[in-house]
Amino acid sequence: MKEKLQKLREDAVRQIENSTELTKLNDVRVAFLGKKGELTAILKGMKDVLPEERPAFGQLVNDTREAIEKKIEETKQRLEAAELEARLKNEVIDVTLPAKKNKVGHRHPNMIVLEEVERIFTGMGYEVVEGPEVEYDYYNFEALNIPANHPAKDEQDTFYINDKILLRTQTSPVQVRVMEEGRLPIRMIAPGRVFRSDEVDATHSPSFHQIEGMVIDKNITFADLKGTLQEFASRLFGPDTKVKFRPHHFPFTEPSAEVDVSCFKCKGKGCRFCKGEGWIEILGCGMVHPNVLRMSGIDPKEYSGFAFGVGLERITLLKYEIDDMRLLYENDSRFLEQF
Amino acid sequence: MNTSLNWIKDLVPGLDVSPQEYADAMILSGSKVEGYKNMDEDLERIVIGQIKEIEKHPDADKLIVCQVEIGGGQTTQIVTGARNVNAGDKIPVVLDGGRVAGGHDGKLTPGGMKIKKGKLRGVESNGMMCSIEELGSTRDMFPEAPEDGIYIFGEDAKVGGSAIEALGLHDTVVEYEITNNRVDCFSILGIAREAAATFCREFHPPVVTETGNDEDVRDYIKVTVEDKELCPRYTARVVKNIKIAPSPEWMQRRLRAQGIRPINNIVDITNYVMEEYGQPMHAYDWDTIAGHEIVVRRAKSGEKFVTLDGQERTLDDSVLMICDGDKAVGMAGIMGGENSMITDDVKTMLFEAACFDGTNIRISSKKVGLRTDASSKFEKGLDPNLAMLAMDRACQLIEELGAGEVIGGAIDVYEKKREGKRIAFEPDKYNRLLGTKIAPEEMLQYFERLELGYDQEKNEIIVPSWRQDLLCDADLAEEVARFFGYDNIQTTLPSGEATTGMLSFKLRVEQVARDIAEFCGFSQAMTYSFESPKVFDKLLIPKDSELRNAVVISNPLGEDFSIMRTTPLNGMLTSLATNYNRRNKDVRLYELGNIYLPKQLPLTELPTERMQLTLGMYGEGDFYTMKGVVEELFDKTGMKEKVLYDPDAELHFLHPGRRANIIYKNRVVGYLGEVHPAAAANYNIKDRAYVAVIDMAYITEFATFDRKYEGVAKFPAAARDISMVVPKEILAGDIEQIFDKKGGKNLESYELFDIYEGIQIKAGYKSMAYSLSFRAKDRNLEEADITQAMNRILKALEEQGIELRS
Repeated sequence: MKEKLQKLREDAVRQIENSTELTKLNDVRVAFLGKKGELTAILKGMKDVLPEERPAFGQLVNDTREAIEKKIEETKQRLEAAELEARLKNEVIDVTLPAKKNKVGHRHPNMIVLEEVERIFTGMGYEVVEGPEVEYDYYNFEALNIPANHPAKDEQDTFYINDKILLRTQTSPVQVRVMEEGRLPIRMIAPGRVFRSDEVDATHSPSFHQIEGMVIDKNITFADLKGTLQEFASRLFGPDTKVKFRPHHFPFTEPSAEVDVSCFKCKGKGCRFCKGEGWIEILGCGMVHPNVLRMSGIDPKEYSGFAFGVGLERITLLKYEIDDMRLLYENDSRFLEQF
Repeated sequence: MNTSLNWIKDLVPGLDVSPQEYADAMILSGSKVEGYKNMDEDLERIVIGQIKEIEKHPDADKLIVCQVEIGGGQTTQIVTGARNVNAGDKIPVVLDGGRVAGGHDGKLTPGGMKIKKGKLRGVESNGMMCSIEELGSTRDMFPEAPEDGIYIFGEDAKVGGSAIEALGLHDTVVEYEITNNRVDCFSILGIAREAAATFCREFHPPVVTETGNDEDVRDYIKVTVEDKELCPRYTARVVKNIKIAPSPEWMQRRLRAQGIRPINNIVDITNYVMEEYGQPMHAYDWDTIAGHEIVVRRAKSGEKFVTLDGQERTLDDSVLMICDGDKAVGMAGIMGGENSMITDDVKTMLFEAACFDGTNIRISSKKVGLRTDASSKFEKGLDPNLAMLAMDRACQLIEELGAGEVIGGAIDVYEKKREGKRIAFEPDKYNRLLGTKIAPEEMLQYFERLELGYDQEKNEIIVPSWRQDLLCDADLAEEVARFFGYDNIQTTLPSGEATTGMLSFKLRVEQVARDIAEFCGFSQAMTYSFESPKVFDKLLIPKDSELRNAVVISNPLGEDFSIMRTTPLNGMLTSLATNYNRRNKDVRLYELGNIYLPKQLPLTELPTERMQLTLGMYGEGDFYTMKGVVEELFDKTGMKEKVLYDPDAELHFLHPGRRANIIYKNRVVGYLGEVHPAAAANYNIKDRAYVAVIDMAYITEFATFDRKYEGVAKFPAAARDISMVVPKEILAGDIEQIFDKKGGKNLESYELFDIYEGIQIKAGYKSMAYSLSFRAKDRNLEEADITQAMNRILKALEEQGIELRS
């Protein structure tokens, strides 16, 4: 019996080793361990074994079964690994073939810059507000300390609808509308379209965008204005950006300034973007004129504030090195897809 | 405004700075320098030479060989083709290795042109004689220079001396952008005063001495000002025995540097004083002044007047005129009349220096369509105190130049003398506004430099009359700030109550709309808000459509930009057309922009501005692609109700069989469709184009970003398929409405999985197949639940004439 088992085991091992496919391996398993298999047949012959020899015999049969099962398992794993390897080899693709893209659209470069500006200011606690594009003369001029017949009115080349209504030439009227609401303190920016009657060319457009900013509170100083715009410039153009304030005149601020930033292309050395100056003018600003505060119902003795206005297109053109403003309004997909 | 730096330095003697240093410091103290040009920057080694001998060139008919004395006893040989030179002439000579500014055709060479000795047709030439153009100037500025020839100096020119010096070209022209609040700085004196204050140097304005003979001007002229509002001051003096002649070299030089062409002594003096003081003056031929009297009055409506440029102008009663006893002789502050202008034969002249109302001059000059140097100064609103100063200065120059005999005395009609304002000196306020701690004494020093007085007793700042811009504390704070230096003010961030930074809900919704459009492959476009009224025809919009009621711009850039858009389609189709014409494939664009809908016309209140999301595309994709974008947007903005599409929309610019209004909660929130081929053709788009327009005002109204987790289904779904033959006119939307109505609460979803029209289906019908999915939230559905629902659906379908297949 022992010899028989020994032989069976050897037969099984040889056949297992000879199996090169999983199906054949399974046949071998069935042939030896299946219900009608050889080992099962031997087990059935147990009844012929003497009772006192049965435990030892049983042990022997089990050992044999375990050995065969183990061998089968090992071989199965080996064959499976080989089969997987063969499949993977078969499935090699050309990874350099073109990608299947979802063709996501592109944000307008103006919008990318605007969103960046909005992030910077909302991060500093500013609310983003809007105002009408077709506006009353009062808000666009008078309430901003530009009375009728003021020469500044001529300079702005205003599009008029009638005596009282015009296309806003600046986003500054939104300042007035926010101040009139009477909620203080104010920290706001107001981006939007503005209009001036400039003929279309590489550097002019009759329709463009400004971003107005304003802070009104107790004890707001010119130093605060400087600090705020330094912070803005550093975040928008990079931490090394220097800011230069030059005295200027705007009817609705006093003192007023124009602000230059060190050229973010050449870091101030002078290049074609800054026309060799090392500085680029980016905005106008100042302390809100007491007349403007008063007209909007805010007491200049108690409150002060600053305001600034940035030309969005100017920054977009500089930042992306776009050499012709008309490209921004043509909407050529080959242009838009670069952003 | 341009100034000669030499002129400024004459008035500020201690000003020893380079042009760059000057520009930098002036910018920081508030006088914006736009740039400067050294007139001699491309001129080098140019001396005054004298031609001693001229011989013909042995081998060239058009050339001559000159022996030229160049100082220090040296003579050099120069070959030239110039025709206008003779032996004895003194001429500018650029020596070997020197540079000139350009060619004699007047074209300037950046960096100049180097001149080297060489041979011309075999004869040695050691330099070049120069025309005025080669020296970087023009015959306009040097009227005595010959046309197309070498410049010839006067006999007193010093041979061997610098020709650049002799021509006054060692100067720098500085260009400023003066803001309109600083009227005083539109003059040499104003700029010089700022320069003196900026560099802490003394300011030496000209000392004007008394002028005039023993006669009395009142025997020569009588002045009446009828409109004192428009003419707050009128001064007049008379000069007799006028000798018209060129003005002296020093005066010509200064005028040239200012960009003004020298003409004769009288004209030059007027221009000189206008530059120096910023006060325009006018000279009349006294002999043409009827009755020897001047009346300042408004023109009569429709009055005609010939200005000294020979043009006839039609006036109205807002224009102020200078008149004599019986006629107008000048348009006040704008231009004199042809009838009274001085000529070379003038014997006696009436000099006028007046102050006119700036606004009136600006409006008149616009009305008449004539803007002159004088009017552009007056329109800024001049200080009336300037008039007499300038008048006396001009008369001083007349006497100095021997241009005539000034009559004693002056007429001065000046009723309300303008005095300097007084503003309380409040240094704490200035510091509080600036965020500085500048000592009051330091502030007073800045003020003193600007000639602002201080009344210690009353603690008041006395503002001189020429500083019309200084009215309140903030104005004085700015004066302090610019001389303390904006750069020296510290940087801080606003203190005080914290505020919440955020976008409005509307802007958040717009941000989501941009994201969705871009995820769907649309790139952001920006188009103009104004357009041509012709777009309505291009878009096939009916004549009686409300869309044609647009806000009209009264002074547009042209018809193409003359109305505010009432529909965003034209901008989108124009952009698509641009792409189409440039052969860009598969273009998808979107825009977020306002339309402007008047509440009434003509406009009495602001129009309604409604933000529109406009999507447009051609190439890959179809109607349903567009519809997909719309539904993605609704989905992501929390608009969960059923969206309906009404094909009976009156949208003339869209394909009649491929268009729909988009209806949400019973409101038309937008529309979509294929662009009508006729409209597309109007834009030269020869491909199917699709558009969708969503009125974002509605989206903002309906949108919500609140979400609630509803759980994931625990019980299995049961699917049932329905296959139908449907009359063609029944829409999928109609069938789905039946599902919605009859499906009961367990009908979870349905999906169209097949639609077919063709030969296998009888004419007038289409085959459609839906898969319906039933599920209960709380239990396993039983067959009976589903059968009941299905029976209700099938019955309703059959009632509509829909045949069920198997």
